[in-house]
Amino acid sequence: MTDAFDSDAPPPRVILRRVLAFVAGRLIIGIAALLTGVRAIWSGTTPRAEQTLYFANHTSHGDFVLLWATLPPDLRAITRPVAGQDYWMASKLRRFIGEDVFNALMIRRDGGSDGPNPVQQMTDALKAGDSLIMFPEGTRNTGEEILLPLKSGLFHIARYLQQEGLAVRLVPVWIENLKRVLPKGQLVPVPLACSVRFGAPLALGDGEDKAAFLARARQAMLDLRPEYDRENDTEAPPQAAALQPAAGKEGVP
Amino acid sequence: MNASTQTTLQLFAGVAGVLILASAIGALLKWRVAHGAPHSVIDNLNARVNAWWVMVAVIGIAFALGKGGVIVLFYLISFYALREFMSLSYTRRGDHLAIAAAFYIALPVQYFLVWIEWYGMFAIFIPVEAFLILPILSAVGGDTKRFLERTAKVQWGLMVCVFCISHVPALLTLKIPGFEGRNLLLIAFLVIVVQGSDVLQYVWGKLFGRRKVAPELSPSKTWEGLVGGVASATALGAALYWATPFTPWQAALMAFMICVMGFFGGLVMSAIKRDRGVKDWGSMIEGHGGMLDRLDSVIFAAPLYFHALHNWWVP
Repeated sequence: MTDAFDSDAPPPRVILRRVLAFVAGRLIIGIAALLTGVRAIWSGTTPRAEQTLYFANHTSHGDFVLLWATLPPDLRAITRPVAGQDYWMASKLRRFIGEDVFNALMIRRDGGSDGPNPVQQMTDALKAGDSLIMFPEGTRNTGEEILLPLKSGLFHIARYLQQEGLAVRLVPVWIENLKRVLPKGQLVPVPLACSVRFGAPLALGDGEDKAAFLARARQAMLDLRPEYDRENDTEAPPQAAALQPAAGKEGVP
Repeated sequence: MNASTQTTLQLFAGVAGVLILASAIGALLKWRVAHGAPHSVIDNLNARVNAWWVMVAVIGIAFALGKGGVIVLFYLISFYALREFMSLSYTRRGDHLAIAAAFYIALPVQYFLVWIEWYGMFAIFIPVEAFLILPILSAVGGDTKRFLERTAKVQWGLMVCVFCISHVPALLTLKIPGFEGRNLLLIAFLVIVVQGSDVLQYVWGKLFGRRKVAPELSPSKTWEGLVGGVASATALGAALYWATPFTPWQAALMAFMICVMGFFGGLVMSAIKRDRGVKDWGSMIEGHGGMLDRLDSVIFAAPLYFHALHNWWVP
């Protein structure tokens, strides 16, 4: 009887926790699929068992769940979401979901000077061979804007990878519609079809500076949006429209 | 085995025969015309035929389970259709409550009313009660931007995806003298005629289609396809009179009305898609697009078919 409990085997509590985590993972993916019918659209790249950093737009706490759910199962096992410690460590349940179910990399977003900084944590994880899901806007976009300006973290990671000569694919991702499933301040999610769109991997160019790289990364994300999502684009067209009245003034009676 | 089950099985056997023929033609075309290489039209045809096998199997299972199975099937169909519709509709954060109420209250209540056969409430619940309550929920959200357009879209989604589709299982509640216990056949007649009309229009259009009916709305619909498809589907309906409470000419008239409404239903749903700049409602059914792409004609035909039966066959 005693050899079942030898020192190498994890204690029953840990096994139970793992089983619960597996069941909870399946359940979360099942609910996400029923609500959103989520499907992955890969353009310019294919799912590959290579180390990858996925960077996506962030509008909902469900973002990484959806992205994770659309990865093939073998890639899921090696891919960790990067999550804000302040939110995901705040309660026992969140902590269970964050750590045990998704094996998230918990980062600090408060900018405190003690302890490791987020970029350092991410580069350490990449060096250790993990694939990561990160949200380069740095925070959840709950307003009307399509995509917030990207924080510099993505650039620092790209530069680190280049310096260290690590072959990690930087894959832009666009998560469509999830914002509408559960808007900020609502408790009940509604069923709406969502898609997760993966684009061609990006690499930092030789001597490319921060602003140029981040602009390119941002555009790569925006370019993945479906056609009908662009009709409300406020980014480029309004500037052109703003110039129009001055040019066409003579035509006004 | 009673007479009704036997008739139903005969219809399914007929449909299976047509599908076997279609699969054989698809395989032959793939071999002779495409030589096994990718060919968009033929591959799409084969994908459609394969999806038909699955759809017929699902309907068969629902029929075998009886009233409960049919109601659950159409409940799920409504759910997926409404999800497609709302996904492509412009709504704002203030509509969240209204959309939640559409999915979690209006949809189950409508099918519950079919189950308990409360016709009076079934006929007005979404057109009246939901019509008044949903805009109240949106107004409480406090956001007035494009308000009328947003509430209209939620209401339209419910009308099309829930109210109209629920008329198909509601056919089971009609009490037609001399036709008791055989109401599944009313559904079979509707589905065979309306989908037969779609398929025949596709076949006639692919074979002889030259002049487009509505190039702005649907580039694949042609006059040759329309006339050939409707005429042959009407003939098909008339030929099925023995499975229905209709005489042959009544069956032909019913089938004709179903085909015409189905055709225009396809046009209207296409107009909505074009407005949103998409080709398909979704990607649920391989080769066909989304649930709404397959159902657009049923949606427009079912309520009229139901009311014709309700008015003239139910005393």
